Amino acid sequence: MSTAASVPAERPSTVYFFGTCLVDLFYPEAGLAGMELLKREGLRVVFPQGQTCCGQPARNCGFFEEARTVVRAQFAAFPEPWPIIVPSGSCAGMMRVHYPQLFAGEPDQAQAEAFASRVYELSWFLVHVLDLKLEDKGEPVTVTWHASCHSMREMGITDEPKRLLRSLSNVTLVENPRERECCGFGGTFSVRQPEVSAAMVADKIASVEATGASEMVTGDCGCMMNISGAMEKAGTPMRSRHLAEFLLERGDVR
Amino acid sequence: MSAELKTAAHVTNHGNGHVTVTNFAGRAHVALNDKPLRANFRRAMDGLMAKRAAQFPDAGDLAKLRARGAAIKERALARLPELLEQLEARCTENGIKVHWAETTGEANRIVLDIFQGHGVRTVVKGKSMVSEEMHLNAFLGEHGIEAVESDLGEYIIQLAGEMPSHIVMPCIHKNKMQIGQLFAEHIEGQRYTEDVDELTAAARRVMRARFAEADAGISGVNFAVAETGTLVLVENEGNGRMSTTLPPLHVAVMGIEKLVETMADIPPLLALLPRSATGQPITTYVNMITSPRKPGEKDGPQEIHLVLLDNGRTRVYADLELRETLRCIRCGACMNHCPVYARVGGHTYDAVYPGPIGKILTPQIAGLDVAEDLPHASSLCNACVEVCPVKIPIADILVRLRRESVRPSASQAVKGGGSGWTLSEASAWTGWKWLNAHPLLYRMGTGVLSALGHLIPPSMPPLKAWTSVRTKPKFAAQTLHQLARDKGFDDE
Ligand code: SF4
Repeated sequence: MSTAASVPAERPSTVYFFGTCLVDLFYPEAGLAGMELLKREGLRVVFPQGQTCCGQPARNCGFFEEARTVVRAQFAAFPEPWPIIVPSGSCAGMMRVHYPQLFAGEPDQAQAEAFASRVYELSWFLVHVLDLKLEDKGEPVTVTWHASCHSMREMGITDEPKRLLRSLSNVTLVENPRERECCGFGGTFSVRQPEVSAAMVADKIASVEATGASEMVTGDCGCMMNISGAMEKAGTPMRSRHLAEFLLERGDVR
Repeated sequence: MSAELKTAAHVTNHGNGHVTVTNFAGRAHVALNDKPLRANFRRAMDGLMAKRAAQFPDAGDLAKLRARGAAIKERALARLPELLEQLEARCTENGIKVHWAETTGEANRIVLDIFQGHGVRTVVKGKSMVSEEMHLNAFLGEHGIEAVESDLGEYIIQLAGEMPSHIVMPCIHKNKMQIGQLFAEHIEGQRYTEDVDELTAAARRVMRARFAEADAGISGVNFAVAETGTLVLVENEGNGRMSTTLPPLHVAVMGIEKLVETMADIPPLLALLPRSATGQPITTYVNMITSPRKPGEKDGPQEIHLVLLDNGRTRVYADLELRETLRCIRCGACMNHCPVYARVGGHTYDAVYPGPIGKILTPQIAGLDVAEDLPHASSLCNACVEVCPVKIPIADILVRLRRESVRPSASQAVKGGGSGWTLSEASAWTGWKWLNAHPLLYRMGTGVLSALGHLIPPSMPPLKAWTSVRTKPKFAAQTLHQLARDKGFDDE
């Protein structure tokens, strides 16, 4: 299922950034931080204004035709053969793993496959392609990492984000023993089965809080919206940020 | 669980035009508020996950073994029709009588006819999910034949009058206090105790007497080997062996997908099944049944019958993607690792097969019109897919079933396809498509949301469910599109 990416033969000089609709509307600072990180590594970062949504919501609900129409708009918005960097394991998983399935037997199947092979999750790209090295400029802090299901199980991201966090000298990473358990977001699942989703996020909060960290860092804003929204509602807000924002704030390029 | 929820499926009208028989949300509500039940499941599933993980310390080895398991089942399924014939021929040569049943009704009738022909009054049963699918105990009971479950877990839920809540550990939802009470109520001379050894001894006492007097035994089949006509049965309590050797008559029931080609296929599957299921390197008993008692042999039944049940499997088989469902070896690992199952338990699914495998199997067998909500009762987290020993793409099949439910395939691959379609949802996706397929519209729409989104009342339908336990998401003042442009990032 997971289609691990492979490192491009040459370090690219230009990359596309696919912000994702959720980041676009709710967490633009996370997207911007991702773009800044790439830019600081000397890459030209192109953000096509024609981009919208990866199509996952409709695909997951079985509305494949609607999803394909929207995906085709992304094909049009990202015409050059540059890598496409995505600050979300879930949207990246949709693009990398599910586009080829969704277009199987369609006239543009080959285009979908070629597009999919250009998709990289941000943290994976930072570690494996750019070999990002950071110098920690921040105060000592204890953080915990929240891994998204699709980053782990579709994009094959396991240790990359944690490696980046550990490389920061003033950051103490406390791992969550229930890191691999879903937070209960699941897109429409959270509103179709609200009570089950609520039970899942309640358990997730408890395990995050039990780490004793003062901040939660994650690579997927869907999970973050769910977890931090539930923490806030419960009256126990904890700072949570996208990995890109966290790294950008703390780290200077070494 | 309330008495009302223990009864068979009841029809629920969601008020939005469609009627389903399963009622996942309603049952989940009850289960989620049942503290002991939640604690039982959480503890049990945590333990099972840890035990499985300990059995597969090397990720590379596991990946290879799973690939092998998947390939074995795929190979067998590719030749299923001819292998079934081969199995029938081999079994017949070996002295096992083979019967074919298209429906559970037919299968029940076949079993009853065999029993009535032999004047059977009491039966001992080994654990069998297919017999659950047939509701065989109840059917036999109606015809004056008493079937007693001999698997400890099955025996407990039989006493309680419940359905299994897990396919491998049917009474995992009960703790020892609850079991102690059941035994005190139902077993003559048994006092209330929470002592597990004493409870087990009590059940054993009852069982021994049953085994001695049973006229026939019933069992399931884990794997049937087409090449040799061998029925492979794994178990831990020895009750499977006793059910299939002590009584003079043995009836085995199996779904037609349980076939493998050759005996050489069995060891890899045995290396996967118990380790994935209970975290055991191997089960205490591995039974291989090839024929009735031969002249000169000291034990074994005089007669063995094998009932092959279809019950909708041929229809599943006809679709290449859905066919992957039939690779299942019923290990239960998908439910052990499912974050939804761990919280709501098996009875919430209101079906013989709960958990992820149930979510893909039940709608295909019972129909989407009956179980439309099951494919949606998943966050698509893929935890099941990651552990399934035969690599069934459960999440993709869930999405496929969601699709069949709103837009059935031309082949009408799944019964009840289209029953989940509603005008409101279809219109919402049409609107979504327009907005997201036209960048200009999208930018205008998201711009408006950024400016005015805070005015959307949290009581509006999808938001209402969301905000029951979360704050309303806050729209950023500027979208990433706007910020990227302002910061001078190139557009092309
Ligand atoms: S679907 Fe896979 S994990 Fe689930 S019971 Fe079947 S074989 Fe086991």
